[in-house]
Amino acid sequence: MSQAVAGPALEAGDPGGSGGPDERLARRSPLRRLLGRPELGALLGAIAVFAFFSVVADAFLRASSFSTVLYAGSTFGIMAVGVSLLMIGGEFDLSAGVMVTTSALIASLLSYQLTLNVWAGVLISLALTLALGLLNGVLYVRTGLPSFIITLATFFMLAGANLGVTKAVTGNVATDSIRDMDGFASARAVFASDVDIAGVNVNVTVFWWLLLVAVATWILLRTRTGNWIFAAGGAPASARAVGVPVARTKIGLFMGVAFCAWLSGMHLLFAFATVQSGEGVGNEFFYIICAVIGGCLLTGGYGSAVGAAIGAFIFGMTNKGIVYAEWNPDWFKFFLGAMLLIATVVNLVVRRRVERSR
Amino acid sequence: MRRRTSKRTAEDMTSTAPPTAARPAGGGIRARGMLALAAAGALALGACSGSGGKKAEESAGPGSERMTVAMVTHSGPGDTFWDIVQKGARAAAGKGNVEFLYSADPDGGKQAQLVQAAIDKKVDGIIVTFAKPDALKDVVARATAAKIPVVSINSGADVSAGFGAIAHFGQDETIAGEAAGRELSRIGARRALCVIHEQGNVGLEDRCAGAKKTFGGRLENLFVQGTNMPQVKSSITAKLQADKDVDGILTLGAPFAATAVDSVKEAGGKAKVGTFDMNKDLVASLKAGTIEFAVDQQPYLQGYGAVDALWLMKHNGNAVGGGRPVLTGPAIVTRDTAAAIEKFAAQGTR
Repeated sequence: MSQAVAGPALEAGDPGGSGGPDERLARRSPLRRLLGRPELGALLGAIAVFAFFSVVADAFLRASSFSTVLYAGSTFGIMAVGVSLLMIGGEFDLSAGVMVTTSALIASLLSYQLTLNVWAGVLISLALTLALGLLNGVLYVRTGLPSFIITLATFFMLAGANLGVTKAVTGNVATDSIRDMDGFASARAVFASDVDIAGVNVNVTVFWWLLLVAVATWILLRTRTGNWIFAAGGAPASARAVGVPVARTKIGLFMGVAFCAWLSGMHLLFAFATVQSGEGVGNEFFYIICAVIGGCLLTGGYGSAVGAAIGAFIFGMTNKGIVYAEWNPDWFKFFLGAMLLIATVVNLVVRRRVERSR
Repeated sequence: MRRRTSKRTAEDMTSTAPPTAARPAGGGIRARGMLALAAAGALALGACSGSGGKKAEESAGPGSERMTVAMVTHSGPGDTFWDIVQKGARAAAGKGNVEFLYSADPDGGKQAQLVQAAIDKKVDGIIVTFAKPDALKDVVARATAAKIPVVSINSGADVSAGFGAIAHFGQDETIAGEAAGRELSRIGARRALCVIHEQGNVGLEDRCAGAKKTFGGRLENLFVQGTNMPQVKSSITAKLQADKDVDGILTLGAPFAATAVDSVKEAGGKAKVGTFDMNKDLVASLKAGTIEFAVDQQPYLQGYGAVDALWLMKHNGNAVGGGRPVLTGPAIVTRDTAAAIEKFAAQGTR
């Protein structure tokens, strides 16, 4: 089905046989190519949501509001990059939400308890968080259990360890503030500062987000690894048969999620200086939602990082648009669900139409 | 029957066995502490008189007999507030030769199962929260039928006595909200937000409703996702951008107050921030004046008082509260009073 667009490596057996010469060799017009992109539906959804809130919420169109929406989108979006790549590779990571908190806790606890420069904590946290991703990946590859189960297990273990370790070390369930420690100011500048662009404060997470999306898109569309990811997610058996290192690719993808979790965790730590050990539970679903709105298939093998970014942006717009529109907060989740449904349906309709026209 | 308890409970139960007597009692528990001290003092005096007979027998009795108390709350894991409740309970347990067992589950049905597990273990007293009263009604009736005294804390003041609990320690959320509303007026706010970090939590809604009653200006609820701090921040920022007239923010948990201050900075607003609950960072902010006031319900006191009430009932037949809830708050902390509790907040007991 749709794998044809994004996964050129997988074109092996298209049984379509719609007559005429080999359709895979036919040149498609640029418009057709655009329509075949997985993120097109999400883009139209984003435009619809944007137009909707522009009409119903006065404050939505202000520049300062836009930066708040971008910030909200970026905190989901950074994680959505790693999660969407993993989903294209055919897997889930339910530990992604608490892993963000774990990463922040590691950096905070190490720096404070050992009185280290906070950068040391940041780097050790990077190593340990990547190790967690590696663990997820290796467990998945070795056991052959669904990633859903493996990462569900690590989700619980991390949530428990977050609380248990924090309490054992500090005696409280939140970490001590590291605001006055060496390196905090520079780390804050990197992970949680604002940049003034034409009078609008843009949070640095937005740039990290855009950079990650660019890198991920390049990997997916321009490198051999990208082909491996599509192949591993779309048809792992045939991929393995043609020599794709499926196991290595999937382990790498789990580590990609871990890297994003580390980046988000560092933002959490340096934006708020203390970390509550119970945070992060439930956020993994929002990351997956962003990827799905952005056109990633739950079955793997299809999707894009740009789509996930648009998905995160839609989620950010919806999340904050409801506040700007000043709707009754009792109905917040209802509105949120309705907006997500609309965005995803627009996405779906567009994609179906595109597929039919091909 | 231990199988019924969750893994988390089992861990808690084993880890809590040795009483942590070393932890000093906070200032907020002075009243109850005095009571316990007075009781202990009376006993000591009794022993001193040393004329044998009845008095000697009495002095050997109270306080020395070990008892087991189980606390079962509706807390999710990793919550600062319930951590402080436990510290209070452990301090009282350590003083009174009480073995303290803690377990919790936010799901009402599972919380009831944990209470049943405590009944099966034949503990000498059960402390419970009535956040979801209907789910716990039957199991508490079974506890009282088994002659296990029940004390409720935190939530459920209105149903506590009716369910057969011997005492209730907690803050009346509406009264606390009213205190917060008066504070908001005092700091000169005219148009304020009440930030709810957990949707559908009755206690939080009551606080906002109480504040609405006494606040002179207009108070509006704002919902944020409490488990995701960046979202809390951007939502408050968004609200301040949408409504430039907001000049007061009331958060319902201490960590959210610090985030609200960040949001005010970001949105370039003038809103002053007040909050419910307490932690050590908050004391610093109160002293610095970045946060105006905190409405503390003294969770330490809830844990301490509940264990003590069970102790007093067993050892001296006391009934605390006379059938009415014992209020542990609101205690208002402002810039002027923050220094006095700094030490206790730093050790996580206030």
